[in-house]
Amino acid sequence: MAQAKKNTIKLKFDTARNLAPALESKSVAKIADRYELFINGKFEKPSSKKYFDTINPANEEKLSSIAEANNADVNKAVVAARNAYEKGWKKTSPKERAKYIFRIARIIQEKARELSVIETLDGGKPIRESRDFDVPTAANHFFYYAGWADKLDYAFPNKKPTSLGVAGQIIPWNFPLLMAAWKIAPALATGNTVVLKPAETTSLTALKLAEIIQEADLPPGVVNIITGAGSTGAALVNHPDVNKIAFTGSTDVGKIIQKAIAGTNKKATLELGGKAANIIFDDAPLDQAVEGIINGIFFNQGHVCCAGSRLFVQESVYKIVLQKLKDRMESLILGDPMDKNTDIGAINSKQQLDVINKYLKIGQQEGAEIFQSACVIPKKGFYCRPTIFTNVAQSNRIAQEEIFGPVLAIQTFRTEDEVIEKANNTPFGLSAGVWTDKGSKIFNMTSKLKAGVIWANTYNKFDPTSPFGGYKESGFGREGGLHGLSAYLKM
Amino acid sequence: MSNRLEVLKTYKIYIGGQFPRTESGRTYVACSPKGDQLANMCLSSRKDFRDAVGSARGAFGGWSGRAAFNRGQILYRIAEMLEGRKVQFVDELIKQGATKANADNEINQSIDRLIYYSGWCDKYQQIFSSVNPVASSHFNFSVVEPMGVVAAIAPQEFSLIGLVSLIAPIIAGGNTCVLLASEKKPLCAVTFAEVLNSSDLPGGVVNILTGKVSELLPFFADNMDLNATCFCESDEVAKKLIKEKASLNVKRVIIYDSKKWISDESQSPYFINDFQEVKTTWHPIENIGGPKAGY
Repeated sequence: MAQAKKNTIKLKFDTARNLAPALESKSVAKIADRYELFINGKFEKPSSKKYFDTINPANEEKLSSIAEANNADVNKAVVAARNAYEKGWKKTSPKERAKYIFRIARIIQEKARELSVIETLDGGKPIRESRDFDVPTAANHFFYYAGWADKLDYAFPNKKPTSLGVAGQIIPWNFPLLMAAWKIAPALATGNTVVLKPAETTSLTALKLAEIIQEADLPPGVVNIITGAGSTGAALVNHPDVNKIAFTGSTDVGKIIQKAIAGTNKKATLELGGKAANIIFDDAPLDQAVEGIINGIFFNQGHVCCAGSRLFVQESVYKIVLQKLKDRMESLILGDPMDKNTDIGAINSKQQLDVINKYLKIGQQEGAEIFQSACVIPKKGFYCRPTIFTNVAQSNRIAQEEIFGPVLAIQTFRTEDEVIEKANNTPFGLSAGVWTDKGSKIFNMTSKLKAGVIWANTYNKFDPTSPFGGYKESGFGREGGLHGLSAYLKM
Repeated sequence: MSNRLEVLKTYKIYIGGQFPRTESGRTYVACSPKGDQLANMCLSSRKDFRDAVGSARGAFGGWSGRAAFNRGQILYRIAEMLEGRKVQFVDELIKQGATKANADNEINQSIDRLIYYSGWCDKYQQIFSSVNPVASSHFNFSVVEPMGVVAAIAPQEFSLIGLVSLIAPIIAGGNTCVLLASEKKPLCAVTFAEVLNSSDLPGGVVNILTGKVSELLPFFADNMDLNATCFCESDEVAKKLIKEKASLNVKRVIIYDSKKWISDESQSPYFINDFQEVKTTWHPIENIGGPKAGY
């Protein structure tokens, strides 16, 4: 406690707030006026004849029109994937398969700048994050899984694993290109063909990936990318000739999918919601911990399934952590995602902003105290100030339900046992964070927290070699690493 | 020819290390293939099932927290106890329709299977865990952990080796479980519970019920305190029902619908892994001296 008191110097971030704008150029991004469906290696007009707009959530301007796939289109894509599987891909030698995937990784690296800009324009995330995280990690994911293609027998001894067939994959809008990579790379490495549906608000980088796949000369039909909203996804899930469903999204939809495929032999991987506990002990390096809290909940505007959205602070350091956290929040730069200085970009859609605002109301109605940083909100576009709630009860909805925005619910604790019980008291189990200088305490915590990924003295780190996925209602199956292969193999 | 009247066994269910009768007071008759009455079995109810799940949940922390070596010793002890009661199991298997040779084979295989999994208790972790070479300056590793409480409906045929082949990998991996015995051939399951009860296995780690699959099946899938459910028949309607109800809390569903339980093919560490979660942990590595440091 004495030590904590000494450590009360307010960090001076004031100067950072006067940075001149450093806008990334839009000129590298070639966005067509209209995008068709990528089926059997070609861009095809949708039989629905329908298109929907995709907009830049930072200024609400239209970027492009996107084809909407109906049942007939979904069927066409699945048939293309099936033919590609039976007639070629299944028999393609693993080492050749690997080389195609390596090629895709390389082209993503070559086009990294364009992909980053489009990711930010279409999704609203800060260009710094697209550039330094989403795009390079996506390329790395392809590079990593490419190498597995001809080594599968070493991953599962005595199993002689074989591919499943056609994988239907549905991905969310928070990391559009990266999630496409997480899905496509292991599926191809294990010899499956793919029909992928990106989220309707963020189709562009997936379609750019389709162009890259064309450029890489991947045989037609091995990867098909169809765009649309929930009904397109449902058609894919329910298509009888799909062997595997891989879904990343909300727990509600995940349950619907699990139920929908109950009467089939479709294999499933579900990567669903979370409400992660980020736990700060009094012996933690507090300034680093505060950075971890900020990164945990405000990374990508909090649109992160593993976001550290429940903060637990040990009582003895609660006041100082709270003060440091508020000070640090005031230094966050919210604004144009294309500005390289921006920390907090735009909320992905109007719909999501409404959800977040609903929870801001609920939190206050439940009696929690709200604090928001004083930043200026741009006039156009969808934005939400970094927000924390204190005086939160375990039963409050803001402490139990996934908000998927920059909103943190803060609670306190006294003992390790107490915080373990509180942290595990949720139907979710995707991730957790622990901050302490004591090694033995870290291992006690990490072994008792019921979550698939645990960050100790760090938060929101990802790597292609590192298995990711949840316990309990956060889903099942793992993505990344050796463990991510088994989701796409018959054994 | 003795005049002594044989003492018949009352077959009861096994919950939390106790042998209660079903709370429902109901029974059904287990018969031999010829139709001779073998015993009055408990017709377990939904409430019995809930009690069993509660016991399994209560036992989970202790069992999963045991040293892996200790779990191995307890599985070995179960095998020892089973060996000592071979005659009784052979007798029951024959009553339930097995030939003497098949009964001998089934009990021997069951004992050996327990020994097999006993050995795996402190080894599968090294097979399925990994240290992950992440690109950033972090130490990153993935370990397997038990899923929690597993409910399983035992195979209808091979009422002993089937049951053992499920229980052994589930508990070897640190889970606790609730089993429903083969409906038509339930005798060995109850006798096996008596073996478990005299084998240092903590009460509640394994709970065994007898009763009707059709009645209890939905509860094996929709109970919200279960982490996983396991089914061993190829009945498509039942499989669909289980998978649908499992979605209520995103339960893991493990289907073994074409296993030859008597064969050695039906044992491997992959059966243990089927009931494990993967947990990945990250921790930063301080980079003193930088990449050019010579030490």
